Amino acid sequence: MGAWYIESGPEADVVISSRVRLARNFSNYPFPFRMTKEQEKKVLAEATDAVLNGNSAISKDFVFVDIQTLNPIERQIMVEKHLVSPQLAEGQRTSGALVSRDEKISIMVNEEDHLRIQCLFPGFQIEKAWDLCNKLDTLLEERIDMAFDSHFGYLTCCPTNIGTGIRASAMLHLPALMMTGYIRSILEACSKMGVAVRGLYGENTEASGNMFQISNQVTLGQDEEEIIAGITNITSQIIEQERMLRNELYKQNPFRFEDKVQRSLGALKHSRIMSSEEAMKLLSDVRLGVDMGIIKNINGETLNEIILVSQSASLQKSVGKQLTPDERDIKRAELIRNKLKLAD
Amino acid sequence: MLCQHCQKRVANVHFTQIVNSNKVEMYLCEQCAKEKGKFGMESPMSIQDLFSGFIGFDYANPYIKPEIKETVCEKCGMSFEEFQKNGKLGCGNCYEVFAEKLGPLLKRLHGNVEHHGKAPKRVTEKVQTTKELEKLRDALNKAIQTEEYERAAQLRDQIRMYEAGTSK
Repeated sequence: MGAWYIESGPEADVVISSRVRLARNFSNYPFPFRMTKEQEKKVLAEATDAVLNGNSAISKDFVFVDIQTLNPIERQIMVEKHLVSPQLAEGQRTSGALVSRDEKISIMVNEEDHLRIQCLFPGFQIEKAWDLCNKLDTLLEERIDMAFDSHFGYLTCCPTNIGTGIRASAMLHLPALMMTGYIRSILEACSKMGVAVRGLYGENTEASGNMFQISNQVTLGQDEEEIIAGITNITSQIIEQERMLRNELYKQNPFRFEDKVQRSLGALKHSRIMSSEEAMKLLSDVRLGVDMGIIKNINGETLNEIILVSQSASLQKSVGKQLTPDERDIKRAELIRNKLKLAD
Repeated sequence: MLCQHCQKRVANVHFTQIVNSNKVEMYLCEQCAKEKGKFGMESPMSIQDLFSGFIGFDYANPYIKPEIKETVCEKCGMSFEEFQKNGKLGCGNCYEVFAEKLGPLLKRLHGNVEHHGKAPKRVTEKVQTTKELEKLRDALNKAIQTEEYERAAQLRDQIRMYEAGTSK
């Protein structure tokens, strides 16, 4: 695994990951939801061919994942790793994903649009993610005739993505803003500036463990650089606020602060039953403790890994069978205990 | 004016219904109008509701027929009504077919209707050639006007070469 979640990135104390995705469509087929089965297969084959059989250097770095051949647990793991969207994992269409070996790049085929090119980097690296997305897109354009209009730009199935087709986002860990309630004013400011705030797994998901995803809403009229700069700018401001509040909270009552963090670590280290929701909450406290230098022998990457492996599907894969919710909570507690023991 | 339904409260809602292609107009009070289930205000807002709201009619209420002619995309068969229902367009051509109607919606969503930013290479190259061709044609006209026939012949050949290049 050379994946984003076990690598450390810049500003990792607040920014967990940065993501950029481009929505693209073939010009000679209707959008996915209006395609026949035949057309679905053709688009999938052409897209796969463009990536894997291209003469460029990228072909060797990608693996094709056929959603149809995966069992429900394997599909869910793809979602938990942010490699595909929940919709694609449902597998209602002939769809697939071309995933880079380091799992930083994923090209979803036949999602809402024919192609969704996404790059995911650890920490605060939105510009780097955009650079890579842009290069990939340019390479694909040599082999695929993309739907484009000189007025409307890149044409997408939903008018919310039209123009640049770009969605740039950052996953933020904001415990101090949540604790102090200032998150509300941040959310308000974001919505005024055309920035959307979502939960951990994107659209229609809840924020858990104080994790928030912020992303641009406008895709038409501003060029890519402007959009990237906008999100980068807002993210920087949120980072600053969050850091300031963390220090302020600590200064106000160091014992209470340390107590909260250490208690959560204790609970993770010794519990025998752990729900996913509780785990996310406790891991958030521990992450805060790590970032503030209170907890020294654990790092952020270990916490990212714990979040990932303690998700339902990943858990079930590690034991190799389906588990009831109760069994999952027991297994989750055990897994977290072991991971933290290794770190000690 | 009293509500035409309950005859008790003051009517403050103008209500138009189409029954068997006959237009029926009624003046109702808010309560009666609600009871008739004509206002889907209680149901949670979805993105589709937002879209149809922008365009200005309540599709969720099938009794009020929109007074718009049905335009259908000749490439994928999508109608504008369908788009209003699910918020998705059928193909790239739909944007051209429904361009006029989509304008206000795009303006609301993005504050803008004109794309700025990246374009596929083939498009930028094409724009380049078109501009180049225009220049050559202008020069050709001038050359003819000033009776520089030798220059005109050269320009004509150049234009032909360009045109052959783009039609490939």
